[in-house]
Amino acid sequence: MEKFFKIFTIEMKLFFRDFTSTFFTLGMPIMLLLLFGSIYGNKPTPVFGGLGSVDVSVPADFAIIIVVAGIMNLPITIVSYREKKILKRFRCTPMNPSMILFAQFVLNILVGFFGAAVLILLGKLIYGLRFPGSIFQTALAFLLSCASIFSLGFFLASILKTVRSVSAVSFILYFPMIFLSGATLPSEFLPKGILKFSQFLPLTHVVNLLRGIWAGKSWGLFNKEIIILVGIMIFSVLISIKIFRWE
Amino acid sequence: MDKKIVEVKNLRKGYNEVTAVDNLSFEIYENEIFGMVGPNGAGKTTTIECVEGLRNKDSGEIKILGLNNPETDGDLKTKIGIQLQESSLPERIKVREAMEMFSSLYPRTIDWKDLLAKLNLTEKVNSYFRELSGGQKQRLFIALALINDPELLFLDELSTGLDPQARHTMWDLIRDIRNEGKTIFMTTHYMEEAERLCDRVAIIDRGKIVALDTPQNLVQSLGKEMRVIFSLENDFPLENFKKIEEVTEVEKIGDRIVVHGEGEEFVYRVISLLMSNKMKFREIKIEQPNLEDVFLALTGEKIRE
Ligand SMILES: Nc1ncnc2c1ncn2[C@@H]1O[C@H](COP(=O)(O)OP(=O)(O)O)[C@@H](O)[C@H]1O
Ligand SMILES: [Mg+2]
Repeated sequence: MEKFFKIFTIEMKLFFRDFTSTFFTLGMPIMLLLLFGSIYGNKPTPVFGGLGSVDVSVPADFAIIIVVAGIMNLPITIVSYREKKILKRFRCTPMNPSMILFAQFVLNILVGFFGAAVLILLGKLIYGLRFPGSIFQTALAFLLSCASIFSLGFFLASILKTVRSVSAVSFILYFPMIFLSGATLPSEFLPKGILKFSQFLPLTHVVNLLRGIWAGKSWGLFNKEIIILVGIMIFSVLISIKIFRWE
Repeated sequence: MDKKIVEVKNLRKGYNEVTAVDNLSFEIYENEIFGMVGPNGAGKTTTIECVEGLRNKDSGEIKILGLNNPETDGDLKTKIGIQLQESSLPERIKVREAMEMFSSLYPRTIDWKDLLAKLNLTEKVNSYFRELSGGQKQRLFIALALINDPELLFLDELSTGLDPQARHTMWDLIRDIRNEGKTIFMTTHYMEEAERLCDRVAIIDRGKIVALDTPQNLVQSLGKEMRVIFSLENDFPLENFKKIEEVTEVEKIGDRIVVHGEGEEFVYRVISLLMSNKMKFREIKIEQPNLEDVFLALTGEKIRE
């Protein structure tokens, strides 16, 4: 436990010393919130079932945090640790090197929660954010989404060998995911064709689940989302365990 | 010097179709510096990492510090220290953080501040890893390898990338570590390093050990031949040197003349001949045989850099 805590603290410092990861994970969603908030305000509208624009974009911004943490931070860090033989250096110690992966996992979840809390706080202070659902249920949906998307990131780290290729793939996945899943532009404003396509993006289901639970809807309405997210998780973890290499 | 710390028997390891290490057997004794020397690609890293338990052997036996399965015995890592040929740390980790983090991974450690002092890194304690020079990084990795006060220290190509000055400092350091009672298994492709530093040397080429002995014995096995090398300002028939009894061979390589021979008077006679003929010689060099020559004699090849 003491080992884990030491490694975790250092990984956390490293995270915040890196401008790119801090900016994309925490800065970007805040900027989006302020941007859309200042354009559309937060007046209740029937389009969003009686909620305002900020009320629906905050849980959608959670999804952006999750995808940046899971598809960019996590796999890029793991692959760079492998490529630079940092993981190999840990294999020279009595510690099980999975501890590093676990620390990265926990770190990104906590950073995600922190980012979400900041968004909620800013939303409340500036736009009088409404939060019809329960904090606990939302946190649960957030955790499930992290577990699923992070597993996908781990899968990327297992099949891709170089930082170059994993960065390229993350960016290629990142852009359609944040723009077409309803994470930036609410799905209410996306054309039908795109909505069809976006069913294939894992993040779409994260957005739907988070928005729904946030709005106080029951879990029962999201069986499809839950099955898909759990399915992605099981698939990714099984394959990763089979093909992941320390070197 | 007779307790065996490492015993390797018939070690074999290949990658796909390529055999990297073929039927190696050797032993390492307590408190010695054992070196494995050979050109790049000879199989040194493969061998040392099989012994460390980082790679799985295909066949053979490895016994290390009384343990039979270095790949699976987790306890082994508490007793050994490893400096990898290639490794790094996160760019923005501070030296202090690296030392603290790696210290926390072992049940028993020594004070890392003393280690940094010994390795001349104290003033870098708050620097980022990426700010260190090549030599400082290398010393930091040695510090990390010593953090658990290991009985057995592995050094894979420790002086690659160091300038000659830093290399000599490193050699002194390694001798100090040995004098504290540790056993060292090192690899190098610098013959000179092996000759100066190791108590015993295994010469390895294409995955096979071609010789294993003390550097002195290896060199003496070649006989006592020496070389006098120089260049002359004027022409001088090479046959004249052959008249000296001790001379065995004369070659002209570029504008340099190499006279081979042996015996106590050999060098003196060659120089006297030049002086008595009033020949002006430049850049004169006398070479004793070294490990480089041993490698050449055993494999018929110059060591490839
Ligand atoms: N991981 C690997 N995969 C495939 N081939 C390898 C691997 N590691 C080493 N080799 C090959 O095995 C041979 C021995 O390599 P190595 O043990 O690194 O030699 P050395 O350390 O003496 O330079 C070389 O031909 C090298 O190309
Ligand atoms: Mg090597």
